[in-house]
Amino acid sequence: MTDKPQKLRIANRDFNSRLILGTGKFASGEIMALALEASGAELVTVALRRADLSGQGDKFANILTFIDAKKYLLLPNTSGARNAEEACRLARLGREATGSAWLKLEIHPDPRYLLPDGVETLKAAEILVKEGFTVLPYINADPVLAKRLEDAGCATVMPLGSPIGSARGIETRASIEIIIEQATVPVVVDAGLGAPSHAAEAMEMGADAVLVNTAIAVASDPERMAEAFKAAVTAGRAAYEIGLAVKRKEADATSPLTGFLE
Amino acid sequence: MSFASECNSLALAELSSFAQTATLADVEAALARSEASGKRVMLVDFAALISPVASQPAYLEAMAQRAHELTVKHFGRVMRFFAPLYLSNECINVCKYCGFSRDNPILRVTLTVDQVVTEARYLREQGFRHILLVAGEHPHFVSDNYLRDCVARLHSEWPSISLEVGPLETEQYRPIMQAGGEGLVVYQETYDRTVYDAMHVSGPKRDFNWRVDTAERAYAAGFKRLGIGALLGLAPWRNEAIALAAHAKYLLKKCWMAQLTISAPRLRPAAGEFEPLVNMRDRELVQFVCALRIAFPEVGLVLSTRESAKLRDHLIPLGITMMSAGSHTEPGGYTGQGRETLHLTKGGRMVKPDLPMIQSEGEHATVQFQIADERSPAEVAARLQQLKYEPVWKDWEGALNEA
Repeated sequence: MTDKPQKLRIANRDFNSRLILGTGKFASGEIMALALEASGAELVTVALRRADLSGQGDKFANILTFIDAKKYLLLPNTSGARNAEEACRLARLGREATGSAWLKLEIHPDPRYLLPDGVETLKAAEILVKEGFTVLPYINADPVLAKRLEDAGCATVMPLGSPIGSARGIETRASIEIIIEQATVPVVVDAGLGAPSHAAEAMEMGADAVLVNTAIAVASDPERMAEAFKAAVTAGRAAYEIGLAVKRKEADATSPLTGFLE
Repeated sequence: MSFASECNSLALAELSSFAQTATLADVEAALARSEASGKRVMLVDFAALISPVASQPAYLEAMAQRAHELTVKHFGRVMRFFAPLYLSNECINVCKYCGFSRDNPILRVTLTVDQVVTEARYLREQGFRHILLVAGEHPHFVSDNYLRDCVARLHSEWPSISLEVGPLETEQYRPIMQAGGEGLVVYQETYDRTVYDAMHVSGPKRDFNWRVDTAERAYAAGFKRLGIGALLGLAPWRNEAIALAAHAKYLLKKCWMAQLTISAPRLRPAAGEFEPLVNMRDRELVQFVCALRIAFPEVGLVLSTRESAKLRDHLIPLGITMMSAGSHTEPGGYTGQGRETLHLTKGGRMVKPDLPMIQSEGEHATVQFQIADERSPAEVAARLQQLKYEPVWKDWEGALNEA
């Protein structure tokens, strides 16, 4: 075990922070910028549908101006796309407008639970990887789909803990454990993390990173909540790297069957 | 199977009567179920939440708190803006409550596609990136080809284009969707079949079933956003609320890929001087909005400029997710387009109005109804920021609408 925190490595790029932030639902661009700063995040996702893709500096769609390109790597996302074709179209426009070839691939045809469509996501990932995108796909916690996306050349897999914005924590624990065990790319637990303890839990499980948005954006003090998540992610990761104590049902002082050997 | 046939098998009358007789225990149970399960509030709970007992101050406040919490959780502290653009006030229907009703001797006009583009540019300069094209129902003046041409011309400048026009066939909707149309809005006006018959005196709008199934036809054609609503002031609002909620529940299952929005417009003064048959107080509108939010946490709730600035400001935290601002409800209202072709329509033919009429009407087409919140879009946006909400002008991308 090393005594220095390990860096997160995605697609040959190192990150000190294992907390990725989403930028929806904030009360203002200024509040969002403060939360980003406080979170220590280095990777920030933005819905392309909210950004100005016209290249004309639209002041009525200025969300990107609040995200300092020197501090953060921009991870545009395809929220709103209902199938592979729409996602690919949006991704290409986004790359042209933002200059970022990193992409959080989100395809959720159901606008209520925003659950990802695995079939369309795999289809889009295969196309976009070939076109040179660094693809981070948002998926249900499906271990086989995770492997298929990895085989397709995705840079990470991003299984959900529970539906977006639900704050229900890691309801898909058993499947995420399998995904982590089998993955050769970083596993980012995305969606449903409503409390810092949820984020810490994901990190203790061995997730490489977490993505948080709603829990920070709608907190009464987003800046402090971002700090709280930052601390939880750091703590959870440290515990994982050190190795957690194994839980036992009872105290275990003696060895009733093999003690005679001593 | 469509909602027109399905709704006959729903116990809407029983639910409406329960909405009158629910007890405080029923209201408490409904709120408790909302807290416990979040999304799985049943129609019977919705009925309890709109009941007279639930409007008592302590209960209404509890509902408002719950509605606020759910809105922030699902939508965040943001408000999406849209602007209506009236294309035409021609109409072949005779509807007692509507300013555009065929028999009203009003100044009418249908904007050319170029004029529509000019009006839209003005709205774009105000900040809007989501436009709602509105027109009376008239197959000659407002044909499906005309609508398609308008959408096709606006597509490159507008990330989101919705329509609120006379109901069409699925096959007529498809080219409009393919040209870049994203949303389709159609209000049933009233879900009470008897009142509906009495209000819609003549024209294709008389067919209740054809209208109530419109959202499903639009969905089949590929529209991604569906808006429904009832015009409050025609039938007892609790009955309308029950039917509207049942319709919403049905559409959420059947049209599962569509984003659903609900509107609850109250009747406003209009040409024809129609007086509302029933009145809905502000307190009742607040109750209705809260109950809708609690029963449908992820559904968009739309608020137009029909309501006053003060009431609109107070409704925002209770569940509203989409607002218009600075609206005009007459074709050409923003930039005076179509002024030179104003006319009366008699027997389907355009008739030159006499000069005194043009002078008294002020050289613009007649409005559908009078608005109440006259603040500019910038003023409303500034007020939202004061209330700690982010005004969101653009929340869609045209590339998502290309078929």
